[in-house]
Amino acid sequence: MSFQPVKFYQTGTYTVGNRLLAPDARSVQAGELRSNSINSGHRACQGCGEALGARYAIDAAMAESNNQLIAVNATGCLEVFSTPYPESSWQVPWIHSLFGNAPAVATGVAAAMKVKGKNNVRVVAQGGDGGTTDIGFGCLSGMFERNDDVLYICYDNEAYMNTGVQRSSATPPTARTATTMPVGPEPGNVFGQGKNVPEIAMAHGIPYVATATVADLRDLEYKVRKAMKMHGARYIQIFVPCPLGWGSASHDTIRLARLAKETGMFPVFEAEHGEVTGVLKIRNKQPIEDYLKPQKRFAHLFGKHAHPEMVAHLQAIADRNIRKYGLLDEEKAHG
Amino acid sequence: MANKPFAITLKPGTSLANLTGSWRSSRPVYLNRLPPCNNACPAGENIQGWLFHAESGDYEQAWRVLVRDNPLPSVMGRVCYHPCETSCNRGQLDEAVGINSVERFLGDEAIKRGWKFDAPAASTGKKVLVVGAGPSGLSAAYHLARMGHQVEIQEAGPLAGGMMRFGIPKYRLPRDVLDAEVQRILDLGVTLKLNTKVENIEQSMQLGAFDAAFLAVGAHIGKRAMIPAGDASHIVDAVSVLRSMEGEDKPMLGRKVVVYGGGNTAIDVARTVKRMGGEPLIVYRRTRDRAPAHDFEIEEALQEGVMIKWLSTIKQAEAGEITVERMELDDKGFPQPTGEFEKLEADSVVLALGQDVDLSLLQGVPGLDVKDGVVQVTPDMMTGFPGIFAGGDMVPSERTVTVGVGHGKKAARNIDAWLRGITYVPEPKHEIATFDKLNPWYYSDADKTVRPMLDIIRRQTSFDEVQGGLDETNALFEARRCLSCGNCFECDNCYGVCPDNAVIKLGPGKGFEFNYDYCKGCGICEAECPCGSIKMVPEDI
Amino acid sequence: MLKQIEGSKAVAEAIALCRPEVICAYPISPQTHIVEALGEMVKAGDLTPCEFINVESEFAAMSVAIGSSAAGARSYTATASQGLLFMVEAVYNAAGLGLPIVMTVANRAIGAPINIWNDHSDSLSQRDSGWMQLFAETNQEAVDLHIQAFKLAEELSMPIMVCMDGFILTHAFERVDIPTQEQVDGYLPPFDPRQMLDPAEPVSIGAMVGPEAFMEVKYLAHAKQMQALELIPQLAAEFKQQFGRDSGGLVRTYRADDAETMIVAMGSVLGTVKDTVDELREQGHKIGVLGIISYRPFPLKEVRAALVNCKRFVVLEKSLAVGMGGIVATDVRMAVSGTGLKGYTAIAGLGGRNITKASLHKLFLEAEQEQLPPVTFVDLDWDVVNKQLEREKQNRHSGPIAENILYDKGMSSSAKFG
Ligand SMILES: Cc1cc2nc3c(=O)[nH]c(=O)nc-3n(C[C@H](O)[C@H](O)[C@H](O)COP(=O)(O)OP(=O)(O)OC[C@H]3O[C@@H](n4cnc5c(N)ncnc54)[C@H](O)[C@@H]3O)c2cc1C
Ligand SMILES: Cc1ncc(C[n+]2csc(CCOP(=O)(O)OP(=O)(O)O)c2C)c(N)n1
Ligand code: SF4
Ligand code: SF4
Ligand SMILES: [Mg+2]
Repeated sequence: MSFQPVKFYQTGTYTVGNRLLAPDARSVQAGELRSNSINSGHRACQGCGEALGARYAIDAAMAESNNQLIAVNATGCLEVFSTPYPESSWQVPWIHSLFGNAPAVATGVAAAMKVKGKNNVRVVAQGGDGGTTDIGFGCLSGMFERNDDVLYICYDNEAYMNTGVQRSSATPPTARTATTMPVGPEPGNVFGQGKNVPEIAMAHGIPYVATATVADLRDLEYKVRKAMKMHGARYIQIFVPCPLGWGSASHDTIRLARLAKETGMFPVFEAEHGEVTGVLKIRNKQPIEDYLKPQKRFAHLFGKHAHPEMVAHLQAIADRNIRKYGLLDEEKAHG
Repeated sequence: MANKPFAITLKPGTSLANLTGSWRSSRPVYLNRLPPCNNACPAGENIQGWLFHAESGDYEQAWRVLVRDNPLPSVMGRVCYHPCETSCNRGQLDEAVGINSVERFLGDEAIKRGWKFDAPAASTGKKVLVVGAGPSGLSAAYHLARMGHQVEIQEAGPLAGGMMRFGIPKYRLPRDVLDAEVQRILDLGVTLKLNTKVENIEQSMQLGAFDAAFLAVGAHIGKRAMIPAGDASHIVDAVSVLRSMEGEDKPMLGRKVVVYGGGNTAIDVARTVKRMGGEPLIVYRRTRDRAPAHDFEIEEALQEGVMIKWLSTIKQAEAGEITVERMELDDKGFPQPTGEFEKLEADSVVLALGQDVDLSLLQGVPGLDVKDGVVQVTPDMMTGFPGIFAGGDMVPSERTVTVGVGHGKKAARNIDAWLRGITYVPEPKHEIATFDKLNPWYYSDADKTVRPMLDIIRRQTSFDEVQGGLDETNALFEARRCLSCGNCFECDNCYGVCPDNAVIKLGPGKGFEFNYDYCKGCGICEAECPCGSIKMVPEDI
Repeated sequence: MLKQIEGSKAVAEAIALCRPEVICAYPISPQTHIVEALGEMVKAGDLTPCEFINVESEFAAMSVAIGSSAAGARSYTATASQGLLFMVEAVYNAAGLGLPIVMTVANRAIGAPINIWNDHSDSLSQRDSGWMQLFAETNQEAVDLHIQAFKLAEELSMPIMVCMDGFILTHAFERVDIPTQEQVDGYLPPFDPRQMLDPAEPVSIGAMVGPEAFMEVKYLAHAKQMQALELIPQLAAEFKQQFGRDSGGLVRTYRADDAETMIVAMGSVLGTVKDTVDELREQGHKIGVLGIISYRPFPLKEVRAALVNCKRFVVLEKSLAVGMGGIVATDVRMAVSGTGLKGYTAIAGLGGRNITKASLHKLFLEAEQEQLPPVTFVDLDWDVVNKQLEREKQNRHSGPIAENILYDKGMSSSAKFG
């Protein structure tokens, strides 16, 4: 059964907290005693979705593990902005080794915990989309295939941000990056085959795979907590807008994540042992333009030299997601 | 840490040394914006404020916040035309919050549980005369009493309530409700003198040694229309008909009753006639959408079997019969005669064409300014004669119970100030929490609760109350539909969405604080505050 | 206990006696037999508690070891050649993080051309990675060095490669004295990490360090290896006490006392060198041997002391700094700088080419007579090389080198028919 929003309370489960909810039904983030795993003073850009997503996820994992958590981090913005010598923002035991090896390092940590009999200590690995879907992919797949006791969290901001916004295999078609400039007859990133890592993860048959966004905190926490209740290899990909890389306003971070979900561009679902078990339905379907327009990385699709055919293609991708994952309620789908 | 590898291994949480607040070019601040409902409420109720308590099920506290502004919630929850709901932001989302029905629930709950008003402030030793025990007079008396003044109401009629008793029919406002709420005001120590018509205000004030007076005599003189009428024709005015409904001798109108007019009073008379076994026909010169009556009232009347003849004027009234002329609207929407006539059966004709104010008590008072038959007042509700204030139907107004209550409150505040020799300065109005200030995504979908209606047979044959109230569960649900426009309702969003942990949660009821040491000024909190209670303001750099 | 045993198996048993807690394995010849044996022991329950992880690459192997070591578990892996290169980024990282991982390198050549046989180019390519490198001469020494390696690594919190010649040692059946568990336990205390990932006492390991502290971090790594120069002989001495055997240390000399010509080498080739030297001694030549065990840290002082009294030396090495010459030789020359000693570099045995006594005889005598060029390529087929060089000079499209060489050697099929 997928995440069930609480009904009939003013804001239901959409807001972070709700003074009317029973304490045990409240989100981790609403708690005054949340662990703030990544603390103030980090050097992420204003409105960084990754910083936010990381706190959401790791705090939830901390809550679920009774603060018995070790985090492994791939190279990337999250690592760089959280631990420049001489200050660290992390309040959990944390290690950064390399860009492409976080899943394997985490395997090692988990193995150490097992051999030491510290079965209560849980391991989370985290990295950006580049560190996950590209350079760390071999290690990730190996970790999945062995079903190592690691929850891997990918913070998907759809490009190599730390090195200055270059394309990754998670960069959407048409998006401008430093290596897919909006020039030539097909500006921006190409329409390739795509690389759906959550589905590739599912193909490994691992116990749990999920996607989430920083716009749906309760869903995100539910997924992290659920994943933490399980053992074996687990994968959660969290959609985290990057104001710098996307050319979006710093205050639009959550809004864009919401639009990515509400347009169908980023399907939010969960799967167990390779089978989809739940989707977060679109509440209020939006046209793809609403998502694209606030982002400068798509600016070349509009305006004077507009590319309506490319926008239509992106809409078709969103629509296919909607069909494929059943993102709309029956009535909304046909109505 | 000393024995840990140098530089590559760091102490946890040490980034607190890095005060990222210096990056900021604008800062978020918490503020309260004025919810549109509050802004629209003629009685100036803090609607969002009392709904907040109702949301958590603390109905008594909700009622207490409500009655700070309006002592008649149970009445109001029945007869108010709720402009608050018309301007409610939720209306742009699905349907307005059923403010009025929650208000009624709270009022009824208060009656059921016997909640009393907070004790009045210490006595000021000042005496205020209130003329008229209609909603406006009662409201002024209530507020003045709570402020510590000695209040005496002089009322011409045999019972308190004004038009709430002698105008609005029982099936819309059961009298026990009215009685209970009036009594609670009197329990504050207000003196009510019934059957005491003030003939000359200056005299009455001198006689009772009053320091100030508030006049709220309403508008009770039915307007007449020039209808050529035969001797045997039976023409009466609506207000008298309704008033006589409260007395021993019910009005004798016959079977076929023609009601002339298109306002709420016409509707009320027609529906009353229906309940007495008559066959009412409303004749109105314009169309339904141009009628001053509220559409829901027209609808309810039609449901009950009231007939309405639109675009018609009465040309002639004879015994048992009237002649009407069909009208047509011109380009400007004014009805123009067509010369087409029709005869209709009519045992009587009730004129519901509005009321005039009986100003006789003001005779001889110097400085008064009367225009269009109503007394002019300053924004402080004072007439041209110092110390005499006025409100309600007798001053320029929309003529509703709620406006009257609002006038009473406003007048009370100004009388209080005047008695103290100061001027009342209202708190500056906050900017309005318009819909664009909200982030409506966060509110769960919840359709408005529909109040139960009495079955149609009983509506046609009895004076039982037509509209039912909400019960505990659906009142709670309805309260929780409120978006809390412009006022923090502790949803924790700002606390959660800040990527820099720069929001400090102070604990239940205490709200939040920004930690400007770390706030980078990204503005996510403002964007994601559901209710528009945060504003970004530029830093002066 | 004395056993007639394969080198790999012996090393596996020694590793097991060191009670590793996490072993990462990825197959590559000639390392395979070591991890296979360990895997079997773990699977059988003979080595417990221990997690044996079949990773998907050497990069992962080292990365897993980084994780497990940082989390406080004694961690081990083994590799060779391409495998070592595949894990390079993590090799440097393990050293940078100061994680006391022990890794066996079954030394093997690096392609292309792909070649599975022994030389030292793989571990030598990691000279500057921050890892210590100890070279075993025999399988007995390989066993002993592993036991010492854990102690050394954990004492300094720095990783170590124990290098043993692929096939020559790994696949050789020899008599090896395998110590008992009690002996090893008496020598090697349980792992007490200097830093550890622990929820009870969180730390952030692997920070980004800028110019303000990077040099210091690097110097500290260097300082640790300098400390190792003192610790290695000390541990060897303790080892001798516990196990009654000379094993390890920084360098070892053979018949060097009055030697005028010294042969410097690392690893198993020292056996052949010593045999040759014995024969030459019998013929009255004043020749001796310096074996280097600790390649990193490089024992400059000990090497200088061992050579300072000779007249000339030959560094016989199984590695080539292309475009420059010897790799070990450069370090040896640095050790004797200012002495005016004559030094020769002899590159031999690349890609597993046999180093014969006959060739060494010739080489050493030429050295004695000071007739050697500065860099000698032992047993290089000049004929083949010159022909190819000529061809390339003549013709831009001179064809595949390997095929040409086979042709020249009369071994190719085209030669048969052509
Ligand atoms: C049929 C009808 C239905 C209505 N329905 C609604 C409704 O549903 N909702 C709504 O908001 N409004 C309604 N109204 C309007 C509303 O009733 C009035 O606007 C409101 O009652 C005015 O209040 P008031 O206090 O100014 O005067 P009133 O309610 O008219 O009260 C004036 C009081 O003063 C007394 N009085 C008059 N002269 C003297 C004197 N000289 N000395 C002493 N006492 C005096 C009168 O006896 C009366 O009791 C309705 C009006 C009518 C006629
Ligand atoms: C092996 C290696 N290649 C390249 C880099 C350079 N590099 C560091 S971070 C980074 C981009 C990270 O992108 P992503 O994983 O998406 O994380 P983000 O910064 O976007 O959060 C790159 C390319 C590196 N550190 N290591
Ligand atoms: S570049 Fe993007 S991901 Fe990196 S810190 Fe800035 S906002 Fe966050
Ligand atoms: S939602 Fe609540 S606060 Fe907003 S206008 Fe409606 S009743 Fe008032
Ligand atoms: Mg990225």
